Amino acid sequence: MTKQIKLQVARYRPEQESEPVFDEYEVPCHSDWVVLDGLNHVKDRLDGTLSYRSSCRMGICGSCGMTVNGEPKLACATFLDEYAPGPVRVEPLRNFPVIRDLVVDLGDFMQKLVRVKPWIVRSVERPLADGEFLQSPEEMDEYKQFSMCINCMLCYAACPIYGLDPKFIGPAAIALAQRYNLDSRDEGASERLEILSEHEGIWGCTFVGECTKVCPKNVNPAGAIQRYKLNAALESVKSFFLPRGA
Amino acid sequence: MTPSHDVVLVGGGGAGLRAAIAIAETNPRLSVAVVSKVYPMRSHTVSAEGGAAGAIAADDSLDEHAYDTISGGDWLCDQDAVEAFVREAPEELLRLEHWGCPWSRQPDGHIAVRPFGGMKKMRTWFAADKTGFHMLHTLFQTSLKYTSVVRYDEWFVTKLLVDDGRVQGVVALELMSGRVEAITARAVILCTGGCGRVFPFTTNASIKTGDGMGLAYRAGAPLKDMEFVQYHPTGLPFTGILITEAARAEGGYLLNKDGYRYLQDYHLGKPQPKPVLRTMELGPRDRLSQAFMKELEKGRTIETPYGHVVHLDLRHLGRKAIDAKIPFVRELCQKYQNLDPVKDLIPVRPVVHYMMGGVHTDIDGATPLPGLYAAGEVACVSINGANRLGSNSLPELLVFGARAGRAAAEQASRDAPMGAHVAAQLHDERQRLERDVFGKTGGRERLADIRDHMQKTLEESAGIYRDGGKLAWAVGRLRELQDRMRDVSVEDHSRTFNTERVAALELACMLDVAEAIAQSALRREESRGAHQRTDFPARDDHRFLAHSLIYRASEGSARIEYLPVRITRWPPAERVYGEVPPHDETDKAAGRTISAGARV
Repeated sequence: MTKQIKLQVARYRPEQESEPVFDEYEVPCHSDWVVLDGLNHVKDRLDGTLSYRSSCRMGICGSCGMTVNGEPKLACATFLDEYAPGPVRVEPLRNFPVIRDLVVDLGDFMQKLVRVKPWIVRSVERPLADGEFLQSPEEMDEYKQFSMCINCMLCYAACPIYGLDPKFIGPAAIALAQRYNLDSRDEGASERLEILSEHEGIWGCTFVGECTKVCPKNVNPAGAIQRYKLNAALESVKSFFLPRGA
Repeated sequence: MTPSHDVVLVGGGGAGLRAAIAIAETNPRLSVAVVSKVYPMRSHTVSAEGGAAGAIAADDSLDEHAYDTISGGDWLCDQDAVEAFVREAPEELLRLEHWGCPWSRQPDGHIAVRPFGGMKKMRTWFAADKTGFHMLHTLFQTSLKYTSVVRYDEWFVTKLLVDDGRVQGVVALELMSGRVEAITARAVILCTGGCGRVFPFTTNASIKTGDGMGLAYRAGAPLKDMEFVQYHPTGLPFTGILITEAARAEGGYLLNKDGYRYLQDYHLGKPQPKPVLRTMELGPRDRLSQAFMKELEKGRTIETPYGHVVHLDLRHLGRKAIDAKIPFVRELCQKYQNLDPVKDLIPVRPVVHYMMGGVHTDIDGATPLPGLYAAGEVACVSINGANRLGSNSLPELLVFGARAGRAAAEQASRDAPMGAHVAAQLHDERQRLERDVFGKTGGRERLADIRDHMQKTLEESAGIYRDGGKLAWAVGRLRELQDRMRDVSVEDHSRTFNTERVAALELACMLDVAEAIAQSALRREESRGAHQRTDFPARDDHRFLAHSLIYRASEGSARIEYLPVRITRWPPAERVYGEVPPHDETDKAAGRTISAGARV
């Protein structure tokens, strides 16, 4: 007989409950099952009303971020066995409004993402006929790490600043701003600096580093934020001493 | 009030986003809606690993890319479409470079290319082994700068609005609120991707339920070449997670239980220590998956709790090359298989990966139904014929996403306003949803049971090898499942983010798609590419050098017609791998050993 493990899953159905409650389910604990397999088992066999997001089940689409035993995790990359003998507590990501069960509202992040202009900004577009921008592997290494963000929102769930001040633009958006700033093809750093230097921008971060710890893709948002602060500080010092355009 | 746009895109993956940008650039005054059941960056393009083909190397040519594609597709590709595809692929990939895609580079800063299965030259652009991920995020982030593009994130499209013989928008369900709205437009482009989830064991994400194919089919558009389902030879057992072909392109070996490179027994050439183009492990996917089945018959595979496997051996590549070129392979093996390819063999088996067939379109993405376009895996142009070559699908979604976008933009700029019956159709669709899904009580069938039976039925009948008896059985069985679906139970009656309702709508689509696959496969009495009939083992160009077109006739039945393949410059010939093809005596480089060039 297969080993079983108990899932305690946060349920919130706005038509039914004003506060989240926990439902318990016994699911098989195969050694190769991830938390998502457990949830799929619940939905297929035990309770079709459980709602959660998932898609690729290989840790690249970023859909299935949730809180597992208190920590932000991708459900498809977190093995049930690690929590044996259980129970495993599964809750929605923290710091976000809950829509239903394990589904949180990402609207705030989607707005913030647009604000940091996460695209190549050029004063003059390069014609296709001119071929590719040359970019050495070393130049690529400058930004590559920050391009690995899958927007899974684990860093926002872990960020104590975002928890207190929802205006904080947040780790992933800043890391993506840096991804473009550090790209040799981009000329938009100063535009992004203006956006990020506002009150709720990078100055809000006190370098707690939780974002970097929970990132499933080894992006280092905390590093991006610190580097950015340094740049912003240098820029403001420069603008103080040097006439504009120097 | 009914939201109204000029063009509605269903799906926000690679093809949809490329189309959106093409429309915004063609005519910035046009309002574009991207309607997707997931946030765009969750789309399945994100999972593509190995790369995107576009001929740029000095020793390469468009004709060679075309020939590899056409022979790889066992001569079922439309050659005019292939010629347009290979011509436009490099510029599309270059455009993505200008938008910031982190393509892997050579030491001098130029784009690097890698070898890939069935390709005679190195022409596959790559971003390490997360090519789809980087392409999707580049497209999504770039699309954010176009203010004419409006997104409907997490809206599930339930129906195409067809009025006056023309598609004029969609009806869609907003997941967060449960409301059902019409979103009207002068043109609709389907970009919903594939349907791998009709099978039990697939690399496809759980969202790949053939929604766009179902929508088009029900609206009267034909599905083309649905019998051609690609099995990728190297999936991880249990999860079905893909181990990219790039692992073999970088030099990986496929070994049977005796440690023998068994592909040498299947007309794929002789084993060499280094990878040789169009040879052995760099053969096409259909042939490699078929070779696995033959090894299984001979008892030379390895038995595991999740079925028989062979081994992919990367150990001789060394840690440095693995980390530089295929780091995601290592990450996935460590995470999901608890092994390290630097020192361990990877168990792999063939896994359903890609649908060559899809909604019938012309070279501009237009379907026979006026106002309806399709691009990407949901569509069948066809450049993939009976077997797609690895790394052709990513450039396909760029080339044909852009083409469909431009064509739809032109139509939307020109066409008359909406027909008068949209409001009535919305009313009817709301009633249907209420009756069949939302308001349903007391059904006795579990969704998961019907889904599992459908998947098993297709696997048993429409797998790598097929025969008429099994396929006829499957058609009957799928019909039964359609009946049982009427008695399905939906326990969840909430309006808020009701994923069970969506699953029921998806399953209804999948049952239609599954039937189209089984019917089309039953009728094609020959073997070609990924469609291998044990009762008709030879290719039959006399009867079947033609695309199948399946139409939904009256309720529950289907009609199949055939459309001749368009041949321009490459008359049908034998597919030859592992040696210099007889057609090409000038190419001294064929079969040469690949030198290590690019670094990541």
